[in-house]
Amino acid sequence: MQVPDKFLYTKEHEWVSINGRTATIGITDYAQGHLGDITFVDVPKAGAVVTQFKRCATVESVKAASDVYAPVSGKVAKANAELAPHPEYVNQSPYEKGYFAVIEMSDEKETANLMKAAEYKKYVEGLT
Amino acid sequence: MDNPSDLKLTPLTDEHKRLGAKLAPFGGWLMPIQYEGIIAEHNWTRKEASVFDICHMGEFVIRGNADKTLFNRIVTFDLNKIPEKACRYGFILNDAGGVIDDLIVYRIAPEEWMIVTNAATIGGDEANFRKHLAKGTDFRNISAATGKLDLQGPKSLEVMKKVAGQGVAGLGYYTFGHFNVLGERVIISRTGYTGELGYEIYISSAKVVELWRLLLSAARVKPAGLGARDTLRLEMCYPLYGQDMTARTTPFEAGLGRFVDMGKDFVGREALVKGRSDEKLICFKALSRRSPRHNYRIISGGKDIGVVTSGSFSPSLLCGIGMGYAAADCPAGTNITLKENEVEIPAVVTDKPFYKGGTAKIPEGVNAGS
Repeated sequence: MQVPDKFLYTKEHEWVSINGRTATIGITDYAQGHLGDITFVDVPKAGAVVTQFKRCATVESVKAASDVYAPVSGKVAKANAELAPHPEYVNQSPYEKGYFAVIEMSDEKETANLMKAAEYKKYVEGLT
Repeated sequence: MDNPSDLKLTPLTDEHKRLGAKLAPFGGWLMPIQYEGIIAEHNWTRKEASVFDICHMGEFVIRGNADKTLFNRIVTFDLNKIPEKACRYGFILNDAGGVIDDLIVYRIAPEEWMIVTNAATIGGDEANFRKHLAKGTDFRNISAATGKLDLQGPKSLEVMKKVAGQGVAGLGYYTFGHFNVLGERVIISRTGYTGELGYEIYISSAKVVELWRLLLSAARVKPAGLGARDTLRLEMCYPLYGQDMTARTTPFEAGLGRFVDMGKDFVGREALVKGRSDEKLICFKALSRRSPRHNYRIISGGKDIGVVTSGSFSPSLLCGIGMGYAAADCPAGTNITLKENEVEIPAVVTDKPFYKGGTAKIPEGVNAGS
């Protein structure tokens, strides 16, 4: 299971990669593996305002639909339009081609509510 | 993966773990849901051949005359009309005409029958048989001693010929024979739950691991789990007992009246004669990749007309598909919406089955079954 060192993580298995005030978000390798084949992703629309730990997207696998929560608050600058025709990118490349959206963060202090890679790894190990 | 002690295990549990399967509870059993992935397993079954562990299902044997044992009163079809070495699909009903279980009866000899039932219903089925069969009938539950593997897919005949001999090629759809496999006399029927050419093999549970390995040693065979079994059967509009059909639905409501012989006597018949509700099982295709799910509401013309009982993504059609019960008349082509909270999935009512390329009845052979 991949857990990139520089990213931050939520208990609901979202990741966020922060560059200044710009945050790229998605779901983790553990999440995609747990869900199985992803068949549909409803990403947040550009311009939408999302709130930390509130639902911002839906991901569907063959077996079930699951909510995805925003790891940080802010305005959606860009949604990953590639996921509409290629939801399998989330399985194949959860941290790159399978990202969900880019968000202009409204409160940088929120990162204190997130887990670092080592912490998240430990958290996931405790789940199985 | 947790393994709560109240779940039953098939003889193949260690094999599944070794293959890296995801295991989950199903009908009181710990079963493999997927190995490589549901979509890959689904597509492999449609093109090649897959083996499924179906050891959880129930098997019973009855010896005796169909009428004298009163067995013929328990099922919705006429046992006397089944040719020897043929199988028949149908139902056992409660007094209200609701489905207690769907089953397949194998006529092994003129007065010997094997009954195959769902896993979660084994206990209830056994009680129901004992209640209705004539006293002293030779009736046995052989579920624990019986291992069952399904080999399904267009290439399954090639594989079966190597395992059981050329004679398998003579089996028509819904017929079976006895074959020598691994030193045992096993039953192989040309039946299945995928819509593809395929076989169900009944062997002793002591030999089922060896047979599993033998089938998997064939180049064209991969294991498939219950996840793919579900998407494969849904693409064929085969109902799943407990979900699309329950003790509260009748075979007519489920659109399966052709498996009910109203010209004979059976438990539940009177109720079927008296009351037929307007509820009908309908099949629908989403206009997107979004999948309707169990319990979503069915909306037509702004009115709530029913509920989704099965829904999934269709790996063959690449869109959401499902079925459910609708109170209003909804012919094919009717636009509907499947709804839960803020999720609204536009869909259209379609004819059965969703997937029309199934090989189950090819080559034709002798069709003695349904």
